[in-house]
Amino acid sequence: MTVFHEPLQQQVSEVISELKHKPGALLPILHAIQERLGYIPPESVGSIAEALNQSRAEIHGVISFYHQFRTTPPGKHQVEICRAEACQAMGARQLEAHAKSSLGIDYHQTTGDRTLTLEPVYCLGNCACAPSVRVNDEIVGRVTADKFDQLVSELQTQKLEVLS
Amino acid sequence: MSKIYIPRDTTALAMGANQIAAEIAAEAEQRGEPVEIVRNGSRGLFWLEPMIEVETANGRIAYGPVERTDIDSLFNSGFLQGSTDHPLCQGLTEAIPYLKKQQRLTFARAGITDPVSLADYQSLDGFNGLKKALQMDPQAIVDEVKSSGLRGRGGAAFPTGIKWQTVLDAVSGQDQKYIVCNADEGDSGTFADRMVMEADPYMLIEGMTIAGLAVGATQGYIYLRSEYPVAHQILNEAIEKAEAAGFLGDNILGSGQRFHLEVRLGAKAYICGEETSLLESLEGKRGLVRAKPPLPAIVGLFGQPTVVNNVLSLAAIPFILSQGGQAYADYGMGRSLGTLPFQLAGNIKRGGLIELAFGLTLRELLEDFGDGTFSGRPMRAVQVGGPLGAYMPESQWDTPLDYEAFAAIGAVLGHGGVVAFDESVDMSEQARFSMEFCVEESCGKCTPCRIGSTRGVEVIDRIRNNENREANLELLSDLCDTMIDGSLCAMGGMTPFPVNSAVKHFPEDFQPKTEQGA
Ligand SMILES: Cc1cc2nc3c(=O)[nH]c(=O)nc-3n(C[C@H](O)[C@H](O)[C@H](O)COP(=O)(O)O)c2cc1C
Ligand code: SF4
Ligand code: FES
Repeated sequence: MTVFHEPLQQQVSEVISELKHKPGALLPILHAIQERLGYIPPESVGSIAEALNQSRAEIHGVISFYHQFRTTPPGKHQVEICRAEACQAMGARQLEAHAKSSLGIDYHQTTGDRTLTLEPVYCLGNCACAPSVRVNDEIVGRVTADKFDQLVSELQTQKLEVLS
Repeated sequence: MSKIYIPRDTTALAMGANQIAAEIAAEAEQRGEPVEIVRNGSRGLFWLEPMIEVETANGRIAYGPVERTDIDSLFNSGFLQGSTDHPLCQGLTEAIPYLKKQQRLTFARAGITDPVSLADYQSLDGFNGLKKALQMDPQAIVDEVKSSGLRGRGGAAFPTGIKWQTVLDAVSGQDQKYIVCNADEGDSGTFADRMVMEADPYMLIEGMTIAGLAVGATQGYIYLRSEYPVAHQILNEAIEKAEAAGFLGDNILGSGQRFHLEVRLGAKAYICGEETSLLESLEGKRGLVRAKPPLPAIVGLFGQPTVVNNVLSLAAIPFILSQGGQAYADYGMGRSLGTLPFQLAGNIKRGGLIELAFGLTLRELLEDFGDGTFSGRPMRAVQVGGPLGAYMPESQWDTPLDYEAFAAIGAVLGHGGVVAFDESVDMSEQARFSMEFCVEESCGKCTPCRIGSTRGVEVIDRIRNNENREANLELLSDLCDTMIDGSLCAMGGMTPFPVNSAVKHFPEDFQPKTEQGA
């Protein structure tokens, strides 16, 4: 059995008590937990279910329905590559292939140094300057293989700075 | 002091606008040339982003696309003093043909103003529609919307006035009705909703408030896709300011009328753009499509009568109220009245937003505005109307942009997104992707969509591998018919549009490679 760390439990409880009174509170709660912790610890399902008077199965059903929610910790940065048509027309397929091979991971995976997690996304609304990539909350346009490598190396340097 | 505009729109930011703004500020300081930088929305001339504008006595002068390395020479050329010699100079913004040829009703303010400035908004007719609506009774507001001929811009093109009438007439058990803005904008190649929210959020807030007054709803939700972080931030900022200034809240402009607004984030699910699935999601459930009837207008959010409208539909309302429904209906053709913001994207030289009355042809849009492909290679296919829209070959590009004209050739105008592909596109790969997208995004409620799409991917793979090609092409066609006939919503029911159109108009891409060009 996994042990649910006290501080995590406390953060989850805080979020729940702050948001549970909203009509249709579940999505705001899940977003807020993921925003704080980076993921939704499976151990939090019970407290959410209890607070909203729903079954664990229902909460789990919602978490698993949406592509956004994850139940394991992500890397430090999230990198999303747009796979949709306008980006395809500008070479997104080649960009995806490049990203996967240069990072050595597939979608939904995290690099060994836990710097970044790679996710697909279907349209960032930047379709006129495709292909598009989102790095955390920043969107980048006209991404070539070189520009992608540069973005990644910036993320890796940032990490070193934080550690030093 | 010189005034410079540098957009804070997603695309401008994606092309480096923040860095340009920071460096221009630093450079100006170093040179002792005082500047005021306004972070406006985008004009939607995306191939010029970041497009910066300098205010002069003759009007605003545009420069773009600006890169970091251009900043020094811009200052040296005297751009702040109104000199127009720089190679990036586009002349007076309003005179740029791409912009000048448009008919901007909804996007009249986009890119001109600071999106969250209430003063800017009001100086350009902002809240005039709301002020009128506050003097009218609900039926009169609904009648004005009916007379505009506005049809929902989210895809299905249902008359907005009629939808509002249904909600106005509906009796709510709990005395609560809702206005829900569908800001899920999941279609690839569309960004007009995003632009409204980022460039002119008060217009959406005003439109939703008027909708509330019209049908007797006191609570509104904007269901925004989480893929739009910039829009999220700007909307929240705008709502907070509108509330503080009394344009929203318990006593709108001292009228005693009430309307509250909240942004709710989606969680990456295309199907949650479908209105009933959206309502389920807002209620905190899995986004499963509900069977209709009952219509959301009668049994909507939390079981109450609800208006669900697209961003562009609601954004058209302030103009209709302030200028009158007839002024809006004077634009357009046939039953497609008013304007549609078209969005040009993909492999196109001049991608961006083009608001025009319905009726120009697709070719005019691609050639006169888009100026051909970005790659410079011949254009081959154009997908209109998002991932569920048909791929159109050149022989269909003279079709006028009008809901009925598109329907007549088995295509869809949808949300007005136009995605261009050059000759390097492999249409069997595009067809495969359409099925794959349906596998990813199906809500799972009905079999033809949930299972059929997986089978579709497999069948297309076999065709691409030249296994029993003829038989598999026939199987694909049968499968598409089953999806069209047996699906509960347009996700399963329209996925065959891109697939069938690819097979029909680009059959050579479904032939074995060796036979090609033989
Ligand atoms: C699969 C699917 C996805 C949809 N996605 C959107 C969307 O992203 N935005 C939108 O406004 N409407 C979308 N719609 C249409 C909505 O169901 C609905 O018709 C629309 O929100 C009504 O608003 P309107 O009358 O103002 O167009 C979608 C429909 C389907 C079937
Ligand atoms: S067609 Fe697909 S998305 Fe629509 S209700 Fe059926 S399973 Fe859900
Ligand atoms: S298709 Fe990639 S940003 Fe829209």
